[in-house]
Amino acid sequence: MADALHAAQLVKSYRSTRALDGVDLRVAAGELVGLLGPNGAGKSTLTKIACGLVRPTSGRVEVLGRPAGSKAARARTGYLAELFRFPGWANADELLALHQRLARSDGGAAERAALLEHVGLQEAAERRVEAMSKGMQQRLGIAQALIGDPALVLLDEPTSALDPAGRRTVRELLETLRGRGVAVLLNSHLLSEVELVCDRVVIVDHGKVIAEGKPHELAAPGGVEVETEHGLRRFPDARREDVPQIVARLVAEGEPIYGARVVAATLEETYLQLVGAGAR
Amino acid sequence: MSRARETAADLGTIAGYALREAVRRRALVVVVVLTLGFLALYAYGANEAFDEVSHFAHGGGIEIDDQVLTGSTLLGLSMFVTLFLGTVLAVFVTLNAVRGDAERGLLQPLVVRPVGRTTLLLARFLAAAALCVAYVLVVYAAAVAITGAAGGYWPDRPVAGGVALAAAVVIVVGFALVGTTLLSTTANGIMIFGAGLAAGLLGQIGSALDSSTLEQIASIASWVLPFEAIYQDGLHALTADIGGATGVIVELGPFGGARDAGPLLYPYALAYLSVAGLLANRIFARSDL
Repeated sequence: MADALHAAQLVKSYRSTRALDGVDLRVAAGELVGLLGPNGAGKSTLTKIACGLVRPTSGRVEVLGRPAGSKAARARTGYLAELFRFPGWANADELLALHQRLARSDGGAAERAALLEHVGLQEAAERRVEAMSKGMQQRLGIAQALIGDPALVLLDEPTSALDPAGRRTVRELLETLRGRGVAVLLNSHLLSEVELVCDRVVIVDHGKVIAEGKPHELAAPGGVEVETEHGLRRFPDARREDVPQIVARLVAEGEPIYGARVVAATLEETYLQLVGAGAR
Repeated sequence: MSRARETAADLGTIAGYALREAVRRRALVVVVVLTLGFLALYAYGANEAFDEVSHFAHGGGIEIDDQVLTGSTLLGLSMFVTLFLGTVLAVFVTLNAVRGDAERGLLQPLVVRPVGRTTLLLARFLAAAALCVAYVLVVYAAAVAITGAAGGYWPDRPVAGGVALAAAVVIVVGFALVGTTLLSTTANGIMIFGAGLAAGLLGQIGSALDSSTLEQIASIASWVLPFEAIYQDGLHALTADIGGATGVIVELGPFGGARDAGPLLYPYALAYLSVAGLLANRIFARSDL
């Protein structure tokens, strides 16, 4: 079975700027992959190439075995841009109906109602876009991306305007998509969110993939902490299997022990270590 | 569904979307208000003009038909204003179609659908052309009716004038669409109005100053931008059958701009439009959004 998305040696240059510099990436069917990286790392460019908005300078991208950007590939892809706008005069239901016609979806009113319910907009079907908050528009954008039952969904910062409840709704929606075998490439700055929901994480910086793996694999061990009578003692290079030995040694030295825990670096800490803490 | 039917359905969907988008623009309200104001003033002015010339006395043995002279001059002026307002409308409804909508994020959700950029561009063209053609035909018909009601003047070939206005405004739409694939909204607007003014005013200034060089430049410019040549041809067609001294005076045109362009004009305009369409399509197909 073809990968939902496969990029090989992908390069994109904008005049003298190299936005992507030989990126290799695979997203399997039904896999939820988080794409992380600082501003200007090339994440949005990669997503745009995958849905045919931007042409690569060199390299190859396929969506379900078809060239990215081809009609066949676009017919199976859903996309939400980071910066998007819908016409203010359309209400939510009209907008989804427009995209159903363009996506050749025969889901009709039932599909529109189900999507609006999935994103928590069931009460706003008749509300015009211009009367919606930014968060509501983002939810509508997600619903629009899911029209026509796409096999690959590309979401570029889908929760940037959402409140915590909205983010939770999107997380649940992503899990539902995974359950249905839909592949998702989630481009986000919210590392905690990516850590919670993604099967795999790809970190991009300066147009290159600098790390990838499952979230817990990327979250590097951070040593052992032991709570003693004289305070917290840290053993930064120790691992889980070293804990009994450390505790035994401290007890032998006459130190009363009140607790011990293995410290794991969060994805955020690993990320910052990889790309540097400096803001761009 | 066959491919042709799919494409036709896509064209209809996008054109409908573009028309709804166009009628929501404030520019359309401005054009409608300007049009109503123009027609009201035109009706008043036409009545006054016909009333005034009815008191003229002629001498020296020159036979001038005041009614024809006044009516054709007024209608020529109304065609100029109609084309100007039609151009304003064409520019405003096509101004953002590609670059502007892409910058605002309106275009991307449509382009990623399996519609195709060519279909999208063609649909935007058809929607804008339909709106602008309907607009200039209504205003032109109203001006003809007002002129006839005020002074009893009816042009020899009224349909030719309407066809010329419709064709001219379609060329403007095509020209603006090429611009919108390349330029930002403001730059595109400046380019269209600048080109129109360059082509139109040069000829009139040249004619007024009796400068053959300026007239030559204007003639070339009107073929480079054929909406001006079409307009001049339509103006000429309105009064082509008027004979005698009246005909000689009328041939000068209200601004000295009426000119018979010959039988190649419309085939040339069609070819021009096709080339503009191909160019716009090629640029759009290669654009990163």
